[in-house]
Amino acid sequence: MKILLCLCFSFFFTCLHSQKIEVGKNRAIKTIKKAIQLANPGDTVLVYKGVYREGNIVIDKKIILQGIGFPILDGQKKYEVVSIKADSVTIEGFKVINSGYASLNDPCGIKIYNKTGVTIKENILENNFFGIYVQKGIGCIIKNNTIKAHQKQEQRIGNGIHCWKSENLQIVGNQVSGHRDGIYFEFVSNSIIWRNISKSNIRYGLHFMFSNDDSYISNVFKNNGAGVAVMFTKNVKMFHNYFAENWGDAAYGLLLKEISDSYIIGNKFIRNTSGIYMEGTSRVALSKNIFRDNGWGMKIQASCMENEISFNNFIANTFDISTNGSLVLNHFNNNYWDKYEGYDLNKDGIGDVPFHPLSLFAVLTENNPSAMLLFRSFMITLLDKSEKILPSITPDNFVDQTPEMKSLVL
Amino acid sequence: MNRIIKIVLLDILKNKIVLSYTFVLALLSWGSFGLEDNSAKGLLTILNVILFTVPLVSILFSTIYIYNSSEFIELLLSQPLRRKKIWISLFAGLSIAMILAFLLGAGIPLVINAPDASGVMMLLSGCLISAVFVSLAFLSCILTRDKAKGIGVAIMFWMYFAILFDALVLFLLFQFAEYPIEEAMVGVTALSPIDLARIQILLHLDQSAMMGYTGAIFKDFFGTTIGLIISFFLLILWIAIPFFISVRKFNKKDL
Amino acid sequence: MITLQNINKKFGKLQVLQNVNLKFNAGECIALIGPNGCGKTTLIKSILGMVLPDSGDILFNKESILRKFEYRNNIGYMPQIGRYPDHMTIGQIIAMIKQIRNSKDILDEDLVKAFKLDKMDDKQMRTLSGGTTQKVSATLAFLFNPDVLILDEPTAGLDPLASEILKEKIIKEKEKGKLILITSHLLSELDDMITQIIFMQDGKVHFHRNINELLESTGEIKISKAISKILKQKSHEQDH
Repeated sequence: MKILLCLCFSFFFTCLHSQKIEVGKNRAIKTIKKAIQLANPGDTVLVYKGVYREGNIVIDKKIILQGIGFPILDGQKKYEVVSIKADSVTIEGFKVINSGYASLNDPCGIKIYNKTGVTIKENILENNFFGIYVQKGIGCIIKNNTIKAHQKQEQRIGNGIHCWKSENLQIVGNQVSGHRDGIYFEFVSNSIIWRNISKSNIRYGLHFMFSNDDSYISNVFKNNGAGVAVMFTKNVKMFHNYFAENWGDAAYGLLLKEISDSYIIGNKFIRNTSGIYMEGTSRVALSKNIFRDNGWGMKIQASCMENEISFNNFIANTFDISTNGSLVLNHFNNNYWDKYEGYDLNKDGIGDVPFHPLSLFAVLTENNPSAMLLFRSFMITLLDKSEKILPSITPDNFVDQTPEMKSLVL
Repeated sequence: MNRIIKIVLLDILKNKIVLSYTFVLALLSWGSFGLEDNSAKGLLTILNVILFTVPLVSILFSTIYIYNSSEFIELLLSQPLRRKKIWISLFAGLSIAMILAFLLGAGIPLVINAPDASGVMMLLSGCLISAVFVSLAFLSCILTRDKAKGIGVAIMFWMYFAILFDALVLFLLFQFAEYPIEEAMVGVTALSPIDLARIQILLHLDQSAMMGYTGAIFKDFFGTTIGLIISFFLLILWIAIPFFISVRKFNKKDL
Repeated sequence: MITLQNINKKFGKLQVLQNVNLKFNAGECIALIGPNGCGKTTLIKSILGMVLPDSGDILFNKESILRKFEYRNNIGYMPQIGRYPDHMTIGQIIAMIKQIRNSKDILDEDLVKAFKLDKMDDKQMRTLSGGTTQKVSATLAFLFNPDVLILDEPTAGLDPLASEILKEKIIKEKEKGKLILITSHLLSELDDMITQIIFMQDGKVHFHRNINELLESTGEIKISKAISKILKQKSHEQDH
């Protein structure tokens, strides 16, 4: 009881001591810089509607910087707009626009410099070189921000949310579009990426490397130049994400390169050129995913092994699976393949005949992409059928021994 | 002209083969849409019908019909009618009949079950392919007086375009796999009406695979509006040229 | 009315018509005779535009008919073997031809009545006997009151009664001043109809004569006799 009282008291005490500083056209303080200068740690700086062109705003105290009615912070294409150089800063409710652009020092809309516990939420960022940049941040929260850019050239635009050498981050509910990569992670660990929408970015919707032990849950990656690419990472968890409409010769719903010991579960891959492209990937459990209307459901390179592909639905893909080798070290079981034409005499829901998901023509086009010209011609259909009956070119151990008769409810 | 088209058309529409063709098309189409839970499979069935059945039935039926109409043609020739007019009327009658059969048989289920771009593309392609093979039937009829030979020529045409041509292209593709032959291959497809139609349909049906295709020839040529227009223009040429040749020959033919 | 100038026609290597020059005038009834395969039907088909001559010209009312079709409005043609779409009925055939001709003139339906075709209106063509088919052909030839009638073996296959009806009709039309061209090898049938005779052999015109003149010169009464006399004479000349 005493402790509780003590806590209450101390809370009350802090409240009493924290001030509110108001900034606005019609207020005593006209500039944010001035307000920050006047503020003590723990204070709240309220910024009212208006356009603030103050060059680089550096927050070097533990304050809450709060915009009311989305005041505009304009970097005039010259400056980094907001630099956070103190722990536990909160910045919310601003419209941050027009950061400078350069390729050397990566100017940002909002950048965190080696700090802990920073919260950036409910901001709108437009036309910045980088949107939000977390450099060596720990326990930072990036939440409900809308980040947009309109550059067309890859070289002239940075990433939407860029995180480097950080840990314990929470990236939640952000919308990123028009940047180079929507969300970019390098050396970021133990973080969660939840309910973000990353679409129409020039390169990747999500791009991470060397970022172990992160979870990606319920995000939408749609219509990005090259889809999503994740590399050189282990223990990745990707649950219930939506990868859609990534079209192009090097575009993938999800590109996995050197990924191991990971879980890809309950995701949807819809209308991509390739749903998943795997290279050098091992010990990944892929299950309960839906692959629908993709050009290739999965492209599994020969360098992949011990992956477990089970309980997925493959529906209306041009090709369900393709591969570049004949060595098969991955396991398929209990998937539903809409191209399966077998029967189920004992009515246990599992087809009595194994399914070979690799079609002859998928192998042919892998070797000679121009052959796509002949797809679905009568000749090819004939070849495919005869290959199904008497496999000669396709590896015969590339097989789902227990194909589901009905599509799984996912 | 219209009077003869009307006579020919009414005659063909009463024909049992055309009726059963329509019926079989309808059965196939409704069946495949009804049996499968996703419309993509139904579309695939219709695609195969367009690439295989429609050409075969169009060319065979037309060839046989023209040969069987030789009396009728003679009768018309002794009447004050221009030769060209007789031939064009026959062509128009047959084409309209085959297209009608396709539309009634496969078109209706298509429109109901897949009222999107791929459905429309199939509808158009099916009609054009019907007319192309009616036109080729006229060519094979005029090439030889003998009915058996004429039917043989028609079957050869069909075999060539439906099967052999693709085998040839496949062979070329793998023979010259090391060379940049993609553009040339686009040109080669213009030599087969079935391939032209197939690729246009494919671009809509297997959009994801086609739009992401490596050589980008699909996207850059067939996928553009100009590519579409050129494809359809070529298909129309495929109708016009064989028929034009047959008209010229018919004008000089002794009956 | 119809003039053939230097007509030549080959079917493959076979010369079917060789330098044929003929002139047919209105009001004449001309018999075209000769052995089988002498080119009679080819000649007729050339006039109808169904066979295109290799060289030479055919004039109809002083205009070339090559690559034209309108002149056929003035011709009624009865083929040697009338072949019609099998599944059409007599009524349909007649209606169809009427539709095609789209003629506003008064139709000559004498033969329809005389042959009682109107009572068989819905009989299909393939069920008809050869004779009835010929009746349909004859009817169609006369139906539009043409100036020229071309009849290829008109009485072949007709029963005597029908044959007689047709003959009467031919004579009647001749008297109207029409040009009638008949091929036949039954010379006996032609006696009281024809005014001129053309004899063809091996694609060539052997002779083209007036009947009266022919009979006078040979001293015969019957055409068949007269012709055989001439032929004998000719072969006699050739022997020498």
